[in-house]
Amino acid sequence: MSTHSIHSEQIESETGKLGMWIFLLTELFLFGGLFLVYAVFRAQYSEAFHAGAQELNAFIGTLNTVFLLVSSMTVAMAITAIQKDKKNLAIFLILITLILAGLFMMNKYFEWSHKFELKLYPGSEVLKNLPRGELLFFGLYFMMTGLHAIHVLIGMTLLAINIFKIKNGEVSSNHYLHLENSGLYWHLVDLIWIFLFPLLYLIT
Amino acid sequence: MSNSETGTHVSYLEHEGKYKGLLGWLLTTDHKKIGLLYLYCIIVFFFVAAILGVLMRIELIAPGQTIMGPQTYNGMFTIHGIIMIFVIVIPALPAIFGNFFLPIMIGAKDVAFPKLNLFSFYLYLIGAIFGVLSQFIGGGAPDTGWTFYVPYSSQSSTNVIYALIAAFILGFSSILTGLNFIVTMHRMRAPGMGWFRMPLFPWSLYATAWIQVLATPIVGITLLMVIAERVLKIGFFDPALGGDPVLFQHLFWIYSHPAVYIMILPGMGIVTEIFPTFSQKPIFGYTAILFSSLAIAFVGYFVWGHHMYTAGISTGSRWFFSFLTFLVAVPSAIKVFNWISTLYGGSIEMRPPLLYAISFIFLFMIGGFTGLTLGSVATDIQAHDTAFVVAHFHYIIFGGMGFAFFAGMHYWFPKMFGRMYSDKIAYIGWGFLFTGFNVLYFPQFIIGLQGMPRRYFDYLPQFQTGQVISTIGAFILFTGLVIMVTNLVYHAKRGAIAPANPWKGVTLEWQIPSPPSHENFDEIPEINHAPYFFGNTPENK
Repeated sequence: MSTHSIHSEQIESETGKLGMWIFLLTELFLFGGLFLVYAVFRAQYSEAFHAGAQELNAFIGTLNTVFLLVSSMTVAMAITAIQKDKKNLAIFLILITLILAGLFMMNKYFEWSHKFELKLYPGSEVLKNLPRGELLFFGLYFMMTGLHAIHVLIGMTLLAINIFKIKNGEVSSNHYLHLENSGLYWHLVDLIWIFLFPLLYLIT
Repeated sequence: MSNSETGTHVSYLEHEGKYKGLLGWLLTTDHKKIGLLYLYCIIVFFFVAAILGVLMRIELIAPGQTIMGPQTYNGMFTIHGIIMIFVIVIPALPAIFGNFFLPIMIGAKDVAFPKLNLFSFYLYLIGAIFGVLSQFIGGGAPDTGWTFYVPYSSQSSTNVIYALIAAFILGFSSILTGLNFIVTMHRMRAPGMGWFRMPLFPWSLYATAWIQVLATPIVGITLLMVIAERVLKIGFFDPALGGDPVLFQHLFWIYSHPAVYIMILPGMGIVTEIFPTFSQKPIFGYTAILFSSLAIAFVGYFVWGHHMYTAGISTGSRWFFSFLTFLVAVPSAIKVFNWISTLYGGSIEMRPPLLYAISFIFLFMIGGFTGLTLGSVATDIQAHDTAFVVAHFHYIIFGGMGFAFFAGMHYWFPKMFGRMYSDKIAYIGWGFLFTGFNVLYFPQFIIGLQGMPRRYFDYLPQFQTGQVISTIGAFILFTGLVIMVTNLVYHAKRGAIAPANPWKGVTLEWQIPSPPSHENFDEIPEINHAPYFFGNTPENK
């Protein structure tokens, strides 16, 4: 590769990353709206939110936090691996990340189905008869974790695409912007969970 | 300039990429062609929404039912608002002129992410189609007004969902355009073009883009919450589900007030380009205009509460929002002074773009001053939800952004299509537009103050004189629109060949042939002077 194209490669990569950072900022604002609503209702109905949080299983929440934190590490390691041109290691680390994300989603599935068994889903009679604050708490719980789960799925798709891109050489040691941006997105997913977890599960 | 004469120049309109013909347009990543795609769509949607407006004016020509029932009327003002605001006014200037001229004015070959740019266009198209569809299918046109106030919007049995989805998708498209522009301006300015050598239209787009990026996600999540409230019965805003309707208003206006500046800032940027060119004199107060754009973008975030004086917010917060509202008027006034000072002592050549730009100042000032009436709490409570508000925002949005759009269209038309329009027809069109506009909207101030509520399909007989005058104005205005658009459309193909620099402009877009080549510049220019430098201008050709 000539020096000229390495130079333009760098420019392209920095441009792409700047775009990604700004996009992540908009994602934070998107969730920011929900956090704002959470803050307002929490201030109004702090006792009901306290009662609602006790309904959630802090153990599963902690486990999921661990899954996401470790997966954030493995995706960062995958980027280092591709920089060192270790393709198989990078693919392996992305696979680990995907498995951890899958475990997270599985836990989420069990958690949600448990709520549904207790008839604690939006629009149910049980929920409607709860105090107003708890009704709002569970609404926010489903909306926030649901929107977050959609982001997990998008992140998983992006990472899975990287496996194919590494295999056919589109992502390589001197062209790994796609993996880096997917990694940044994955860290965002992690970051939002880090805030959701204490707000919904821990603060009681 | 030289290669247009040697004949080697191939304009972007004739350039053939990977795909030919129609597909070459639909899959183009050329920022100029994407700008034109937006332009054509926006003209079509504009006429749809304008015709809805005219129909409403006909309905209001006499008290009682004239041509439509109350429910149809509710649907019409809602869809008129949704199309005008989300499909036309918010995207138009950045998406048409920003796409077309931003890269050229900063000396770049394209925007930073050309494919993302095309993707934004398709998001826009899908959103716009959803918006128009909501008028015609299934449960009837949404009747909530473009503001979607809860609880009505979570209970109305009409197509509110389609309209919400439309606004959400359009918002996403707007975010991606803004993101693209920010990165373009950060990374792709020509060598030598420091931030303070960037022309002021790109600067206004820069301020706008930050609002698009930072404020739009808030309305996005808010609309998602209303969708969730309607579909999944998750309570956020609807008191029946435990929610708080005033919270919706806060979240909605946190975006939708800054959105007003998304609408007007690029318009201000356009006229800022026009005044120096037609006075052949550098812009007065370059830095003042630049920082006033940023100041508007910044302070504009903190004034949303002035839409809610009557919603039951506390006296303290009303005082606060009112104060900030007055504050945000200051940077706008700075700009007006600078434009007028630019004209002062200049060698003024009155051509259609300048005429539209001056009308912009006139109408924008009427809109601005009546904005102060509404910004002050005491007078707002009198004028709230009356036709006075309708008149005020049409003066700002149509008289401001709309006339800036027309000004930009007449200014850059020769560059975009390589042809000249007829000045004479442009003046006639302007005459109809300007007269029609004032005849249509000025009476609304008066009957508004007398107590005519907005959004009413019926009214008391004492308002009829004003309403009839307004409806006459609507017809004059519409005639003007038809004349103006016909002039431009007809001459886009058949007009006289435009020179590279018909107005003796000095910014970069005038230094390349009309229409520009596919890559804009054969060689990326080196910038070594301030943007409005009329000193050693290259000989005009």
